[in-house]
Amino acid sequence: MGRYILRRLLIGIPVFFGITLVTYLIISLAPGDPVSAMVNPEQISELGPGWLEDRRAELGLDRPLPVRYGIWLKEVAKGNLGYSYTDRQPVADKISERIWPTVKLMLTVQLLALVIAIPIGIISAVRQYSFIDYFATVFGFTAISIPAFFLALAGIYVFAIKLRWLPSAGMGTVGQEPTFLNSLHHLILPAVVLGLGQAAPLIRYTRSSMLETIRQDYVRVARAKGLSERNVISRHALRNALIPLVTVVALTLPQLLGGTVIIEQVFSWPGMGTLAIKAVRGRDYPTIMAINMIGAIAILFSSLIADIIYAWIDPRISYS
Amino acid sequence: MVETAGQVIEGAGLSEKRQQSDPSNALGQESEVRRGPTVWSRFKRHRLAMIGLSILGVLVFLALFAPLLTRYSPTAVDLSSYRIPPDRDHWLGTDTAGRDVLTRLLYAGRVSLSVGLVAVSIYTGIGVVLGALAGFFGGWVDSFVMRLADVVLSFPTLIIIITLASVLGPSIYNVMLAIGLLGWPPIARLLRGQLLSLRETEFIIGARAVGCSDKRLIFRHLMPNAMEPVLVAATFGIAYAILIEAGLSFLGLGVQPPTPSWGNMLTDAQSLTVLESMPWLWLPPGLMIALAVLSINFIGDGLRDALDPYIQNR
Repeated sequence: MGRYILRRLLIGIPVFFGITLVTYLIISLAPGDPVSAMVNPEQISELGPGWLEDRRAELGLDRPLPVRYGIWLKEVAKGNLGYSYTDRQPVADKISERIWPTVKLMLTVQLLALVIAIPIGIISAVRQYSFIDYFATVFGFTAISIPAFFLALAGIYVFAIKLRWLPSAGMGTVGQEPTFLNSLHHLILPAVVLGLGQAAPLIRYTRSSMLETIRQDYVRVARAKGLSERNVISRHALRNALIPLVTVVALTLPQLLGGTVIIEQVFSWPGMGTLAIKAVRGRDYPTIMAINMIGAIAILFSSLIADIIYAWIDPRISYS
Repeated sequence: MVETAGQVIEGAGLSEKRQQSDPSNALGQESEVRRGPTVWSRFKRHRLAMIGLSILGVLVFLALFAPLLTRYSPTAVDLSSYRIPPDRDHWLGTDTAGRDVLTRLLYAGRVSLSVGLVAVSIYTGIGVVLGALAGFFGGWVDSFVMRLADVVLSFPTLIIIITLASVLGPSIYNVMLAIGLLGWPPIARLLRGQLLSLRETEFIIGARAVGCSDKRLIFRHLMPNAMEPVLVAATFGIAYAILIEAGLSFLGLGVQPPTPSWGNMLTDAQSLTVLESMPWLWLPPGLMIALAVLSINFIGDGLRDALDPYIQNR
């Protein structure tokens, strides 16, 4: 297994460099100048025309592309993600203040999706072809077919405008000390909207994994020993059936970052998604590509972790 | 091999199993004459797929014959009829520029459905070529293609598509291109996996043994079998592409007004006033997207079951 993990890590290395290369190429080929982004435009005229050129040379921006990529990579490793084209703030600062709201939303969505999906998935496997099973299939298809932003608008219409149960935007009430209950209140609607879509594939995974597990010999043995059906399912089948879910969760969780983009926009959630859209609209490529790169590296690492956990958790699988 | 989220959504968890059961599938299809009708008859028994096919048929019909079905223009501004609620002249009311919502809904169907179809055709083409190269040649070609696929798949789908769409400049063709250029990795992986597992099957070894030429082996034996799951993935892909286009256009980064798309018709609903008091502006396009995507997903599900009789789960 050690060799498997090593091989998996080695595969990750070119992918990591591929991600950073794509990121750098887009930033450097897209319009916009990183040096002007660092200074106030009013000061540029005072500094004289030669100053910008000198500064560029100093930063190595007159060198060939591979060298520039190397310099950029070294800076990224030090935590310098460049400066925003629109407000000249360091990109790393902008992102660090937005990352927590997004992570909070993503974790809540994932938790909610698991709470919805696991029981439904198990029941539809145990009672295969029953009404509940059929209902779960249709529910799953519907949940992945309704655009999340439409569901969000409908949710706002019903629960915020008509019933007035839930707030329609933001992370907390403006001008009020954030309390746990208040932020939970603001979290419900966006989390449920995204959670339904996230739950749909999990239901299918749980169901097919459970179906496979309950046909195993050890489940038959457990039944033959005279254990109650409830016991067989919850103690013997369930634990093994949930193993593949670990992988699915590790893989879908970081992809949620893409899903949060539109939802954050609809709910004015002050996270990475709204930042990404603002950056795209302002053609602020250092910011937008930093978000892309952070997302990509998160996804790369979680797929790595998923594979390693899977190898470790499930001794039946042999790796050559 | 581990699937990524995009595939998880499209394949909804069964594609990994498919790959194992597929070689045996190949055994049942020596006679191509018998095969066609069998697939169709299995498809016909899939109730949800038939419902999906009927709904999609209606939607395509409405989109194709839009000019004959309405007497209004989808784009001409008429400020004298500003945001009229549904009445006898305008069944679904009019929008902020005085345009008939029903008319725009029909024309938007053309845009949204064709974006889905074209985008998926682009990435299926790229995916099939790259996947076939990886699967046939193996070695460094395979490693290169697969690492490239890993790189593309690592980027958060929607964010990288938004980025590419903005680099290219928002327009209907660039939406197709952005989705098309970034959607190929699952297809390439799928086809490659198929080719690798088919290579070990008895009927391919048999074909080799009787002296079958490479060309015949590839085009007659390998590709037709390997393409089946690709076809299923592409069908689910159309549904996914329509959703992505809707999202992009909703954000104003996709199909640009005045050209109607179901997504950009919902843009106005970001204002609470429109959302609260003018449901005729946002409810119909949202329902149309859901209906189109749902029916295509049902068709994909039916196709998956019809092409692979060895899948037991429904």
